[in-house]
Parts: sequence; C-alpha cells; structure tokens
Amino acid sequence: MLRWVVWRDLILAWRRRADALSTLFFFVIVVSLFPLGIGPETELLRSIAPGVVWVAALLASMLSLGRLFANDYQDGTLEQLMMTPQPLYLIVLGKVVAQWLTSELPLVCIAPLLGVQFGLSNQTLGVLVVTLLLGTPVLSLIGSIGAALTLGLRSSSVLVSILVLPLYIPVLIFGAGAVEATIIGMPATSHLYLLSAVFVLALIFAPWATAAALKISME
Amino acid sequence: MQPGTFLQVTGANGSGKTSLLRILCGLLSPAEGQVNWDGTNIHSLGEEYFTSLTFIGHRHGIKDELTAIENLRVSAGLGGIEIDRNAARMALEKVGLAGRDSVPARLLSEGQRRRVSLARLLVVNTRLWLLDEILTSLDKVAISLVRSLIGEHLNGGGIAVVATHQDLELSDGRVQRLELAT
Repeated sequence: MLRWVVWRDLILAWRRRADALSTLFFFVIVVSLFPLGIGPETELLRSIAPGVVWVAALLASMLSLGRLFANDYQDGTLEQLMMTPQPLYLIVLGKVVAQWLTSELPLVCIAPLLGVQFGLSNQTLGVLVVTLLLGTPVLSLIGSIGAALTLGLRSSSVLVSILVLPLYIPVLIFGAGAVEATIIGMPATSHLYLLSAVFVLALIFAPWATAAALKISME
Repeated sequence: MQPGTFLQVTGANGSGKTSLLRILCGLLSPAEGQVNWDGTNIHSLGEEYFTSLTFIGHRHGIKDELTAIENLRVSAGLGGIEIDRNAARMALEKVGLAGRDSVPARLLSEGQRRRVSLARLLVVNTRLWLLDEILTSLDKVAISLVRSLIGEHLNGGGIAVVATHQDLELSDGRVQRLELAT
C-alpha cells in the first residue's frame, strides 16, 4: 500500500521535475550568495558555513511544502487517498517519504560541494552530510503538519512559513551545532544524538498529527 | 438501505446533495445523527468502512500528469486491489478509452477524464457506490454505460447512491428518489 503512494508521488515528481529542481537551485543560489557577498575571508566563511547551509535548507524546504498536499487537494485525489482502506498516517508517511526523496535528498547530495566554497575540511563536510541526512527528514515531517493545517487557505505559503519555521529551530540548533563543534575540533556526537532523538520523535508523532490536521482541513 | 438499493438524490443547486454524499463517505461529520454501515457507526469502523465503499466526486480524482492506465492502477492499488497494465487497459477499453490510455490525463477531454474515473468502478469490488454528479459531461453512450454498470452492481447485491440533476432511469425501473429541499 505504502509503495503505491511513494511510487505515485515519485512519478508525479518526475513528470514535474522543474518543481524539484527549482528547490535545489534555490538552495544552491542562497548558499552561494554568502561567499560572494562576504568576500574571501576564509575564517569568517568557515565559521558561518554551518548556519548558512542549514538556514538555506530550511528555507528551501518551505518551497516544496506548498506542493505536498495542495495539488492533490485541488484535483480531488486527496479525497480518494483519504478514503483508502489503510490508516491515513501511512498515506501521509508515504507522501512525506516521496517528498523527502525528491526535494530534500538532492540538497543533501549537493551540500558537500557547496561546503567547499566555505573552505570546510573533509571531516566537517562528512558531519554536515550526516546532520542533513538526519535533519532534513524532520523538516519534511514537521512541515507536513503545517502543509495539512493550511490546506485550501489563501496565502497558505506565508502561513506555512510562520507556523513551521519556529518548529524547525531545534533541528537548526542541533544540526548547525554539530558542524560547528567539528570545525573547532570538538566531538559532534552529543548534537547528533539529540538530532536523532528529534528525528525519532518526529517520525512517530508528525504523521499522526498531519493525518488529524488533514481530516480537519477536508471538512 | 438494503442490498440492491438504488437511491437517486436530487435537489436544487446548493440543497446539499454533495454534502450528503460526503457525510456518507465519512469525509464530513453530520451536524446531528450518525451514519451506520452493517449496524455499526462508520466512525468506529474507521478505515474498514472504506473497503466496502467507492466514491467518485465531482472533482475527478485523477492526476493530470499520469496516464489513464497509471491513474487506474494507482487508485486500485491504494484500494487494496493490485491490477496489472493489461487489466487496467481492458477496463479502460470497456469505458471507451481504447487507444487513449497511454497519454497523460491532462490531454484528455473532460468527458474522457470522467470515463477514467468510471473505469474505477469496473476494477473495484465494493458494495457501496457513492457517485456525485456522475453524468456531468458524459455523452449518451457513456450514460448508458453508467446505467448498465449500476444495473449489474445492484444485481450483485450492491448499493448505489447517485447525486444528479438528470434522471438516471434503469431499464427495470428500480429507483428510490430522495428530493432535498433548500
């Protein structure tokens, strides 16, 4: 069942790949603007790199959240998805997995390349990728709650940002914190443990909350 | 409603035909009263209720980017019935979409898209059909197809609830009417 949702959303994303690519380009451009604007001050760039990459990832994930349920809502397929004989949270989980694979995973893959612009060492780049791998699913999971709550509202994209960005703060702190710790030669493990805990919590509770929010939005 | 019941819901625009159907689907909670299926409230049945129900809304519920075959396979798969490409192609042939089943649905006409959602009725084996404005933008051939589909469904002990402005006469005249007042 779950694979039908994922398969469907992956095909849809492939047929509309401009959407996913625009998220990726947004991320690349935002991150690249900082070295251009600040100039070749290696120390400064290195110290702001974790924050810049992470904030850009948060903003980029905002772009794809609007599409998570809105298209399905408009053409009536969301109703059909909600009337399938499996728990709604599994459907939500399937959609979030597909959204992560199409919109977040490309960011994770390109992040090391962008990190080079900031003069990050190989070890730091590795930690950056690990934090993004743990953190971006949380962004998708928490974001899905906001996307479901604002479904069918006007100017929902602005509302999603206001609702969801504050909830991203723990991910930002632990994610960027782990990378910063590595830069100054400290172990990043404590941050990574906390990030994993946030991931597990989001994985358990977010689909359930999103399902409840969808039911409310559809009434 | 007993097995084999065909209920036609009529009424002026805005009289609540769609709302009634959405309440029967469980998408909308009724302001008062409750909907029972086999003697159990549908809210306590939860997802189990959806195994016996097929709903076609006035929005088609098909994705523009997917082909007719893909649309059909996905919606059947999500309903718990896996069908292969050939089964999907045969169902689409029956609703008159032979040769148009492999183009993206956005290239199909309004009536053809409606036929794609009709094809879902051929591949599912649910007992309750809830069809909202099913006849909109269908031609005469397709309307008679709907008629025969519902006829077969009722003969097999199914129940159909149809919200429509147009009269949908079955050949043997089995129909109950519910006129909603504004």
